[in-house]
Amino acid sequence: MKHSFIDQYCDLDSFIHRLDPRTKFVASLAFILAVLLTPAGKWWMFVFYFLIVLGLLIFSRLPPTYALKRSLAVIPFVLLIAIFIPFFKEGEIAGSYNIWLWKISVTYSGLFVLANVVAKAWLCILCLILLSSTTKLTELLRGLQQLGVPQAIVLILSFMYRYIFVLMDEAMRMQQAYQSRDIGGSLLRRLKTFGNMIGALFIRSYERGERIYAAMVSRGFDGQVRILNPLRLKGADVFFGVVFGVLLMSPYIILLVQ
Amino acid sequence: MKDKVIDIKNLSFVYPDGTRGLREVSLTVYAGESVAIIGPNGAGKSTLLLHLNGVLRGNSTVEICGMPVSDGNLKEIRRKVGLVFQDPDDQLFSLTVFDDVGFGPLNMGCSEAEVKERVSRALEWVGMTGYEKRSPHHLSIGEKKRIAIATVLALDPEVLVLDEPTSNLDPRSKWSLVALLTSLPVTKVIATHDLELVRALCQRVVVLDRGEVVADGPAETILNDLPLLRAHGLAPEG
Repeated sequence: MKHSFIDQYCDLDSFIHRLDPRTKFVASLAFILAVLLTPAGKWWMFVFYFLIVLGLLIFSRLPPTYALKRSLAVIPFVLLIAIFIPFFKEGEIAGSYNIWLWKISVTYSGLFVLANVVAKAWLCILCLILLSSTTKLTELLRGLQQLGVPQAIVLILSFMYRYIFVLMDEAMRMQQAYQSRDIGGSLLRRLKTFGNMIGALFIRSYERGERIYAAMVSRGFDGQVRILNPLRLKGADVFFGVVFGVLLMSPYIILLVQ
Repeated sequence: MKDKVIDIKNLSFVYPDGTRGLREVSLTVYAGESVAIIGPNGAGKSTLLLHLNGVLRGNSTVEICGMPVSDGNLKEIRRKVGLVFQDPDDQLFSLTVFDDVGFGPLNMGCSEAEVKERVSRALEWVGMTGYEKRSPHHLSIGEKKRIAIATVLALDPEVLVLDEPTSNLDPRSKWSLVALLTSLPVTKVIATHDLELVRALCQRVVVLDRGEVVADGPAETILNDLPLLRAHGLAPEG
């Protein structure tokens, strides 16, 4: 079975692809922090940060439509969480509707908050897309490890990435086997079957886990993860880090001066 | 007499849930031999293989190259016994082929240069040079099987132990794998019920059924003993 991969464009070559994964990870964190701390309503700052991401996206030679599509795919989730804000925030009413027994009103301040939330979320997502499409997951994990992220978490992430497609294939085969014998039945029965399938998938994963562990032990695994060729920061990383940091900070400096 | 690579005497094993895995199994494998362990599903083939490198431990000792398997020398035992699992997705758990093949040597404490050298040598052996940076989930089953074999060859094992090496392979991949295995100059123990594979690769056959060794002899004799094969579900009835 063929699946698309989250890091499908990381084989491209650009200045950004060649940066150390740690530089990119820290820079992304800093970017997200900067965006999140932007005071509501400072639209010029959002535009500024958007231009930074846009510039980096262009630099990275990712297909622009790809980044856009990817980022839009996440918007519904943000909306799902944030859509209620305009209805609950108190303030000047922008419009009210009668739905059956309820009277619902939307406030301007609520809409204002919603717009801020969506803008921040979208910028953060663009940044994460940039990070995940320019960095191989193996490199990123190695970077995390050297940044001091606990070994267990790095291992869990790497196993997750390695086996998620194996599990998806297994689930898909079960689904097909179910569909080829599906002759209808009540909703309750279908739900029961679905529950059984989830249970079976869990047991299979558990057993696979045991086999994988046996395979690791068979090759001398003793709980200690060893890594080769540690990453080394290059001049380009320092340069990028300084320029990026200054860019990120500049709007805040302007704010302070004002 | 040649050196004994594997020496098992009266090994019994019961799974924690009470299922009997092995009953009084005795088996000696000499250096340079290719031994097939055949038997129906559930005969205890995989259970036996897991005893060879100490993942499972039964009641009696298993000796590898004269060393009894014990807590103290597990690392050495596991370097000597290269166990290849049936499902390459279990064997290949890293994100790149290099990491997977280098996993064993790294755990054995090899230096960086030596790990690299061992990886490229093992990959060359199985005809997969240039695959270092690929991810295992991008490979075909045949390629995965070869890499899985490379992961243990990187440890220079005294004996290569394979569990169902040809399962799920199409004929072309299967025969190219057989050719590869034939070309490897190590002692081999192969658990399978693929009798074509046995005929092509092994001089000696051990028949295992319900955890017991029921026959042990030259491949020629056993593979032509139809009544024996039938009695243990390895040949069609009638």
